Amino acid sequence: MSAETLTKKLSVDELIKEAVTVRRDIIEMIAHANSGHPGGSLSATEIVTALYFNILNHDPKNPHWEDRDRFILSKGHACPVLYSCMARTGYFPVEELKTFRAINSRIQGHPEVRKLPGIEASTGSLGQGLSIGIGLALGAKLQGKNYRTYVLTGDGELDEGQVWESALCAGHKALDNLVAIVDSNKFQLDGAVKDIMPLASLPDKWNAFGWNVIEIEDGNNMQQVVDAFEKAETVKGKPTVIIANTIKGKGVSYMENNNEFHGAAPTPEQLAQALKELV
Amino acid sequence: MALEFKLGKATRDAYGEALVEVGQEHKNVVVLDSDLSKSTKSIEFAKKFPERFVNCGISEANMIGMAAGFVGSGMIPFASSFASFIMCKGFDQIRMSVANPHLNVKLVGSHSGISLGEDGASQQSIEDIGLACSLPQMTVLVPCDETSTKSLTHLMAKHEGPVYLRTGRPKAATIYKDGDTFEIGKAKLLRDGKDVTVIAIGLLVIEALIAADQLEAEGISVRVVDMFCVKPIDIDMIAKCAKETGAIITAEEHLIGAGLSGHVAQVVAQTTPVPMEYIGIDDTYAESGKPDELLDKYGLRAKNIVDAIHKVLKRK
Repeated sequence: MSAETLTKKLSVDELIKEAVTVRRDIIEMIAHANSGHPGGSLSATEIVTALYFNILNHDPKNPHWEDRDRFILSKGHACPVLYSCMARTGYFPVEELKTFRAINSRIQGHPEVRKLPGIEASTGSLGQGLSIGIGLALGAKLQGKNYRTYVLTGDGELDEGQVWESALCAGHKALDNLVAIVDSNKFQLDGAVKDIMPLASLPDKWNAFGWNVIEIEDGNNMQQVVDAFEKAETVKGKPTVIIANTIKGKGVSYMENNNEFHGAAPTPEQLAQALKELV
Repeated sequence: MALEFKLGKATRDAYGEALVEVGQEHKNVVVLDSDLSKSTKSIEFAKKFPERFVNCGISEANMIGMAAGFVGSGMIPFASSFASFIMCKGFDQIRMSVANPHLNVKLVGSHSGISLGEDGASQQSIEDIGLACSLPQMTVLVPCDETSTKSLTHLMAKHEGPVYLRTGRPKAATIYKDGDTFEIGKAKLLRDGKDVTVIAIGLLVIEALIAADQLEAEGISVRVVDMFCVKPIDIDMIAKCAKETGAIITAEEHLIGAGLSGHVAQVVAQTTPVPMEYIGIDDTYAESGKPDELLDKYGLRAKNIVDAIHKVLKRK
């Protein structure tokens, strides 16, 4: 019914170029708002760009299309990457990105369903997205619908107990229409994941919960990201988790692996430098 | 002569029966429970529609999120657990995954109040109404008997938006007759009176009627209102009762202040300030015991309402 307006699927080369645009949006939005979370937005840029410009069957002009694939940004603080991809695929004018975090804006500090059409879940309180994804995936199975559901979590987010309640449940329900992606950028707000709450072997953990595990060596390599999503689509009888090893702050030299930029905006000078680098 | 009344089914049993009817009527209803379906009675739905029943295991947080996801898939989820567990353990999930996006999720908490008895304070829910009412645009329903529970279960399936329904473990006195109708936001006037109004919910409704009956012999005319919909609360009914009877008592199996009493007092203060007294759990946890013993010990009986009425009338 809306296939004519479905987003054109970009090639890997095109996706790589698009990711540069998305990164520029992220930095400009956060600089303009003088607040926000650049580090975890930049680490997830390849993942979200690949989804919105290639993997997802979606129609930006008809965000409530019932057969659309669903994407939930469980790590809600990384919403600049989501907003950029939504704007660039046509959900709303790119110009509106400038209202990020401003009063009366639809582009909230963390995503909200009732503010912006196309947002599938109100997130920002970590740990909740995968449970919602299970409901969406199980609902599809019960009703014979073919859409797929994607949930992006952080690695720090895996501290939340609810994630493991949902991991156990999705494995038990054999939800092969559900994909979780862990943006494993190795940092959380207070410091390194290995120091705050080490996760030990993530593949072993998800395996033990009944998931098909795909680990990507470089989650900022577009080819590897696209390949992982395509491989996940072929798996039957199990949900798939893509563990993407990423770099926090990827693409901006002074932000890479610098946790000072977990939740801090660049100064005007830093912005200028970032935009010089992102070409 | 004491007021005569019949005991009907427990409200949780009535819920279980009505849920089957709702499942027949609405093919897109899905029911979730967190390993308490035998107690919440959602098992009745599970027996009839196993393909539309999801046992989430003992994980309330995940259950609430799943319910939210089911809405996104085009279904109407009913999620149940004990009132204390669904509301306290699932609260942030209800807040962010359900209330913030204002999703059409139906939450049902059984074993509410202290009348579940012997299991003690960890299972007794005395905070759930306060928590549910604190969420923007959440509808909060507290039926008092079998008939109203069944009607409200059907009503919440048709109502668009998040709803919390509170049910109980013990058999409940029959207050309504078949065919009585209910509307969200409209309280039920059960007995007219002119000296004082008792606004009650749940098991306290029959206690209020008993108190009113007793006081009639003393020449005190007591009005009784069933405020089965605590949110949105019936402002017009409260203001009218305050104006016409000049004194208000609230009665509930819940902490005073956080639940019905606070919400009624807010309306009274704003519309028609009159003296009030409150019957409920007074800033404490309860304990193990037989339901009747607990209702006696924690002051949730007709005699406590009678005492409160005498007290409030002196302040008129």
